[in-house]
Amino acid sequence: MTVETKLALTEQDIRSFSEGKQEPSWMTELRLKAFGELETLPMPTPDKTKITNWNFTEFPVHTVDSSKFTSLNELPDEVKAVVNADEQKNIYIQHNNTPAFLSLSEDLKAKGVILTDIYTAIREHSDLVQQYFMTDGVKVTEHKLTALHAALLNGGVFLYVPKNVVVEEPIQVIYLHDDKAASLFNHTLLVADENSSVTYVENYLSTVEHAEGLANIVTEVIAKDNSKVTFGTVDVLAEGFTTYVNRRGVTSRDAVLEWALGMMNDSDTISENTTHLVGDNSEGHVKMVVVGRGKQKQNFTTKVIHWGKHTEGQILKHGVMKEEASSIFNGIGKIEYGATKSNAEQTSRVLMLSEKARGDANPILLIDEDDVTAGHAASVGRVDPLQLYYLMSRGISQHEAERLVIHGFLAPVVNELPIEGVKKQLTEVIERKVR
Amino acid sequence: MSTLVIKDLHVEIDGKEILKGVNLTINTNEIHAVMGPNGTGKSTLASAIMGHPKYEVTSGSIELDGEDVLAMEVDERAQAGLFLAMQYPSEITGVTNADFLRSAINSRREEGDEISLMKFIRELDSKMEFLEMDLDMAQRYLNEGFSGGEKKRNEILQLMMLQPKFAILDEIDSGLDIDALKVVSKGINEMRGEGFGSLVITHYQRLLNYITPDHVHVMMQGRVVKSGGPELAQRLEAEGYEWVKEELGIEDETVGQEA
Ligand SMILES: Nc1ncnc2c1ncn2[C@@H]1O[C@H](COP(=O)(O)OP(=O)(O)OP(=O)(O)O)[C@@H](O)[C@H]1O
Ligand SMILES: [Mg+2]
Repeated sequence: MTVETKLALTEQDIRSFSEGKQEPSWMTELRLKAFGELETLPMPTPDKTKITNWNFTEFPVHTVDSSKFTSLNELPDEVKAVVNADEQKNIYIQHNNTPAFLSLSEDLKAKGVILTDIYTAIREHSDLVQQYFMTDGVKVTEHKLTALHAALLNGGVFLYVPKNVVVEEPIQVIYLHDDKAASLFNHTLLVADENSSVTYVENYLSTVEHAEGLANIVTEVIAKDNSKVTFGTVDVLAEGFTTYVNRRGVTSRDAVLEWALGMMNDSDTISENTTHLVGDNSEGHVKMVVVGRGKQKQNFTTKVIHWGKHTEGQILKHGVMKEEASSIFNGIGKIEYGATKSNAEQTSRVLMLSEKARGDANPILLIDEDDVTAGHAASVGRVDPLQLYYLMSRGISQHEAERLVIHGFLAPVVNELPIEGVKKQLTEVIERKVR
Repeated sequence: MSTLVIKDLHVEIDGKEILKGVNLTINTNEIHAVMGPNGTGKSTLASAIMGHPKYEVTSGSIELDGEDVLAMEVDERAQAGLFLAMQYPSEITGVTNADFLRSAINSRREEGDEISLMKFIRELDSKMEFLEMDLDMAQRYLNEGFSGGEKKRNEILQLMMLQPKFAILDEIDSGLDIDALKVVSKGINEMRGEGFGSLVITHYQRLLNYITPDHVHVMMQGRVVKSGGPELAQRLEAEGYEWVKEELGIEDETVGQEA
């Protein structure tokens, strides 16, 4: 079904969309409540980026219909390149707004792992989804964009790993965007129950040059006691989108959550990545790479908030800015009162490739507890001419030397991505973007 | 035979003249040692030959087999057959030694004619073994966290992999223990021959005990002030530079002073 433009979108449209998806009443109510609060909620205020003139609310259509895939062989080449069709047993593909392909191994099914599109999850695993959907992670009423997300949710995935289940092979999710009219209100909900372990990689892939819609993406990762979650992403959303992406994690006792985020959008982007280390002894590690080009404006706010004792939080961000791109890198390590023996570390490095490129790294430590350790490092600079000289003195051209230095600069993060195909893709995207 | 000819070379850095008319001719199959007190322009000469961005050649010429080296970009100089083992090699994060070397080798080859991975690994392994290097060094980031001696050894590894016509070795012996000094010398001697010439900058005779030079030059005040055979280096080792200064009437040998 297609809903008309934002201006024409009414409460009744939301209700009938929800009913059309046969959503349980709690979800319909959640959407309607969010819709009702849209007018009064404020916009988010990303530090150091003024977004008052950004369009986060107008878009051509709410949903578009796209084809499904009956096998991985039918995928467009760009998607094939990131999927290892022979080996990837556990994969979900969304085509614009259409759940288009799903495969989960019999073994994981038998162990109770759930991997399904968000609509099916809301319908068939209603209680489980209701327990975690925008409750402990991102709140519906945090601000206008989270409410908009909840009201207009039109895609996403649910992954549940039961207690004591160790998922050996990575789970892969691809959000293919090839219709310029499409808007993405996608929600990824990942719940790793006690003592479980999983590696998940999602991939936003625009194959159109220009987008006219919105991307308002929310991801929640709930890592229960002693679970281990590795969450990787490569986002390649087209120019023209206004992208709001909020990825949030909550860790319980002894849990470890690792983020490896490849932020390769060509769109203007506001990215918020927050990890709440709630349980004692839990850990959150964030590794992020960014390449900005053209006139792109981006803001990356990465927060790790320590609530539990003995929690360990690390943020490592490397960004390359070229042409007239500008990016703000806000890194916040916050240690709450009572989170004794915790450690908050962060490093942000920005490499600028042209005179007009702008990069700004703001490390912030907010500490309400004495018995802790914390540290930060930040640098913003240009390619070191002596490094180029050294490489060129071995016969390497200036262009190739710059390429090596840039890849080298991003490598510590790129190498952390858990799926080979995705790592390769990220390397190729970087290649394309810095050329 | 190839020839590198440096004529009346004047070089400035940040507006200050450092080299004040260097003349030097090196043929392949020759090893030239350049000695001289600290701050007399030896590294400046090496940098100017390779094309370091901070050094400005204000007059004079450098020619390689008649080709104007000064008109070439740094990478073109390397492709033409020049190599500089630097006094302080750069560290480059995220780029493995092996990837870097492969890029350097391929930069000398046509597109489509890149060295095969197998052949590259074979050559790299054999050269690393020759230089008694830990094979893990190939996968480490270029010079990052390398000890002083390891960096020097890595410079010689590059030399052996790239096989230039002329190598300038700037204090390749500094910071080396005795065993490493032998290994590095072994690498340089392995290169010695018809197609290879070298300019070896050093403060110590002990390197020249392993690599016997054909010619020895002394730099002072930004010029080559004295040249001779291997015996000149031995005398400098035994007696220091005072006698040279006296002989030439030089009071202060550094580049800030006029003769
Ligand atoms: N940026 C600069 N500005 C001014 N003087 C400089 C600069 N860089 C180098 N110099 C000077 O140039 C002179 C020659 O330096 P160079 O490095 O060539 O000496 P060297 O002979 O290699 O000495 P050493 O034996 O100590 O390595 C020194 O006096 C040095 O201080
Ligand atoms: Mg020197």
